[in-house]
Amino acid sequence: MTILPYLAAGWIFLAGLYGMVTSRNIIRTIGCLSVAQSATYVLLLAIGYRRGGTAPVFSDASPRSRVVDPVVQALTLTDVVVGATVTALLLALAIQLRKRHGTLDPDALTGLKG
Amino acid sequence: MSRTARVGLFLAAAAVFAVVFTLACTGLPHFGAASHPYGTRAVAAALRHRTANVISSVNFDQRAFDTLGEESILFASVLGAVALLRPARDERESSPLPLRVPPSTRLIGAILLPLTLLTGVYIVAHGQLSPGGGFQGGVVLATGLHLAYVAADYRALRRVRPLVVLEVADAVAAGAFALLGLAGLIAGSGYLRNVLPLGTFNQLSSGGLVPVINAAVGLEVGSGLVVLLAGFLDQAVEIDTPPAAQDGDRA
Repeated sequence: MTILPYLAAGWIFLAGLYGMVTSRNIIRTIGCLSVAQSATYVLLLAIGYRRGGTAPVFSDASPRSRVVDPVVQALTLTDVVVGATVTALLLALAIQLRKRHGTLDPDALTGLKG
Repeated sequence: MSRTARVGLFLAAAAVFAVVFTLACTGLPHFGAASHPYGTRAVAAALRHRTANVISSVNFDQRAFDTLGEESILFASVLGAVALLRPARDERESSPLPLRVPPSTRLIGAILLPLTLLTGVYIVAHGQLSPGGGFQGGVVLATGLHLAYVAADYRALRRVRPLVVLEVADAVAAGAFALLGLAGLIAGSGYLRNVLPLGTFNQLSSGGLVPVINAAVGLEVGSGLVVLLAGFLDQAVEIDTPPAAQDGDRA
């Protein structure tokens, strides 16, 4: 099964999405969003894998050694950083939500309030 | 929409997604295949620019313009979180009381704090050579600083955390990345082109612009994260929420 690692990424994405849909707490929704997002890490790293390859860092390896794809690793690094900061922003929003509306249940947030 | 309907809608959408995604996966390159045209070219380009860590080369040299955008997202997120977490009009800031901490804990904190910060600087400085770089080292620097809070109390953290300086450092470092790109334009090449002397492969001063941008990113991530965590910690430690907002969530 050469597509099993890709399918694992899809499964993680759906698991995170399911958590977001059924969540009764905004904090949990944000956590599930992180889970769904981490699917992209798995997908990117799986695409970049080269059988028998080592890390694309040549400080202690021969420049001719077989390495995995560095481009997707750089993309994953970008992804992690952006994911972490967006999570922080969402958690800040959750704090304000709790203060202004007194609840973290997304279903209880129905009306608009100035 | 009721919860059952929502879950039903999700399951239907998930089934469609699963089928389409599986079909798409069969068209992807095989897992572990030997042919990675972009990877091979990125490795060759990194070696040409004498950067041992190819990922740093991709992030801060070959795709530096994309990283500028990513770094702007980071800056904007920190800005947004700070704006959201500032004390509101009806909130009062109270000074946290000093806590009694066992001397052994305080001693371990005092020893580990400089060691962790040194490790962070090492990871930032060796970003072009070994795994690490500005993003990872910046996180080590920022979280290492919070050993003062873990090993002592909030007052100790406030003493080692010059927040105003770090806020300015965050902005300056974010701007420095954009300005460093102008070096390429001045040299008559392109924006963010690696025009500095490339140095010797596998030495600290190799990679041209890569270690310089790494340092700017390390400073930005480090100071930005401290400012971000300060916002959250202030909410928990310093800011008294008026009692009116506190009831009504016991559902």
